[in-house]
Amino acid sequence: MTDIVLETRGLTKYYGGVQALEDANFILRAGEHVAVVGDNGAGKSTFVRQITGVEQRTAGQIFFDGRETNHAGPLEAREAGIETVFQTLALADDLDVPSNLFLGRELFKFRLGPFSWLDRKTMRERTLEALKTTAVKIPNVDNPIRNMSGGQRQCVAIARTAAFASKLVIMDEPTAALGVQETAQVENIIRGLKERGVPLVLVSHNLRQVIDLVDRIVVFRRGRIVASLNKGETDGNDIVSYITGVKGSEPAHG
Amino acid sequence: MSQTNHGLGGLKYDPTKKSRASEWNVLAALVLIILVFEGLNRLNGTSFLFNMRDNVDTLFNQQRLDIIILQVSITGIIALGVTQVIILGGIDLSAGSVVGATAMITMSFAQTALVNGAPNPKAVFGDWAMDLPVIVPIAVGLVCGTIAGMINGLLVAYTKIPPFIATLGMMVSARGVARWWSNGQPVSFPTESYGELANGDVLGKLTFGLFSWDGQNPAVVFVALAVLFHLIMIYTLYGKRSYAIGSNEAAARMSGINVDRHKVLVYTIAGMLAAAASVLLTSKNLTAQAGMGVMYELDAIAMAVIGGISLSGGRGSIVGTVLGAGIFSVIISGFTSIQLDAYYQEMVKGAIIVGAVVLDQWRQKGRVRG
Repeated sequence: MTDIVLETRGLTKYYGGVQALEDANFILRAGEHVAVVGDNGAGKSTFVRQITGVEQRTAGQIFFDGRETNHAGPLEAREAGIETVFQTLALADDLDVPSNLFLGRELFKFRLGPFSWLDRKTMRERTLEALKTTAVKIPNVDNPIRNMSGGQRQCVAIARTAAFASKLVIMDEPTAALGVQETAQVENIIRGLKERGVPLVLVSHNLRQVIDLVDRIVVFRRGRIVASLNKGETDGNDIVSYITGVKGSEPAHG
Repeated sequence: MSQTNHGLGGLKYDPTKKSRASEWNVLAALVLIILVFEGLNRLNGTSFLFNMRDNVDTLFNQQRLDIIILQVSITGIIALGVTQVIILGGIDLSAGSVVGATAMITMSFAQTALVNGAPNPKAVFGDWAMDLPVIVPIAVGLVCGTIAGMINGLLVAYTKIPPFIATLGMMVSARGVARWWSNGQPVSFPTESYGELANGDVLGKLTFGLFSWDGQNPAVVFVALAVLFHLIMIYTLYGKRSYAIGSNEAAARMSGINVDRHKVLVYTIAGMLAAAASVLLTSKNLTAQAGMGVMYELDAIAMAVIGGISLSGGRGSIVGTVLGAGIFSVIISGFTSIQLDAYYQEMVKGAIIVGAVVLDQWRQKGRVRG
């Protein structure tokens, strides 16, 4: 059982009276890449927000890295080793690439509370390294990312995740707003994570991408996990029928 | 021609093109405005910058420069704080009133017991508060500013009311404190050492007369603070967090920055800077009045906006504000030099502020397209 990276038992989330997520049982093993698919409002993003500590669950348990966890916020989750690319890019547009990569985990020359002196040179060097290992091409990392294309910004966000990834990477719709080439770039980064053995939870609408990239596909419908399909044993039509409710009206284990 | 790369998605991207720092535009505008006023003055046979009187032996028009430098310094110190608040994505309307309240309270601890042999006619407290060491009123003043700024920050960070409203409340309340403090009476007759604060010649003393001119202290303090906060905004975590929060508060929060605590810190520093300006102002005038600092907050905001600080947060720099303060004061002084009526001055001042914001909007649109 030690190869289980992430497990949720009975994970449930209400927003007021709305049941966004109900009794989600999910397991992710070491090195495994799992896609989370489902219609809009099926509970995919809610699921991610509970794991990453952005929101507090209503009920259920989360086990990460062998221990039950209760992350009070995304930073705590990140410190525990969960790196996330959020659907809304968590980037500061007016900062350059190194500042964004190291946002909230800056390196210092010396510490002096809020007036700690930043080690900008090292952060810049590490940024260039990180972009290199993830094969992301950013022509000038010293420009504010406001001036960059949507794809480049997404790549910065993903490079940040990939560069600091230690135990688990979560991506919420990483390619939703991207063009063909940019999507290919992001998919390459994901393959790189697979090679490095970093486990991944990928939330996506793109079934072609999902079947291409991951080992296993978990289908959400109306706040419940309705199917867990191994890549070799399923196809697009099969997944769609679970998403739309043609198949699998009984809850399943993810 | 510069080489263009095809970036992701086939988008053209010029790697050599780095957006030119807008500070250069502000500097160019400052030089241009000085030249315009110089030209307008020359038409009347006078000069804006230079000394035209034969009986005075200086190159520059010292009197005018002194006025400009004093205005840049005092209002500029406030603008340094306001700049940080705006970069954070907030606004501080309370600075002028904080100057007023701080002035009254500070001065009460800076009074001298005997004026021309008679007891101080404006004494607020009894003998215990007379002839205190100069550090006491300074400390009292900074504490006033700290409290006002901290209240602003706590309101903005923890009640989630818009900064405009929170600081508007402080603007009205602090002015009330200023009027209540001595029932609207001025507080006057400070100790000699307190009067020295703004009227002294600190560099002259430090350099044994090398850089000596009277009343330079506000300018020296302003430059020192500007350099300090320039370094802080660019090289420290404080600056990085301020820009990050002003740029994308949700992202800053998600990155683990304690946004609320940082906001309190920035507003507090802005309050302290307003108080510092107040201490220098009362020292310069040797008196404190309840109406001191009225509209200073708007002048300070104008300086920041003219200097390219974006009201939507995240963009701008201390250097920009220093140059903006220069432009602002040169324009005011320039209007006086061409004998433009004070009423027109205010009208034009308003137009300049609006114009600067419009420019900022255009710049933003340009960026989105690019």
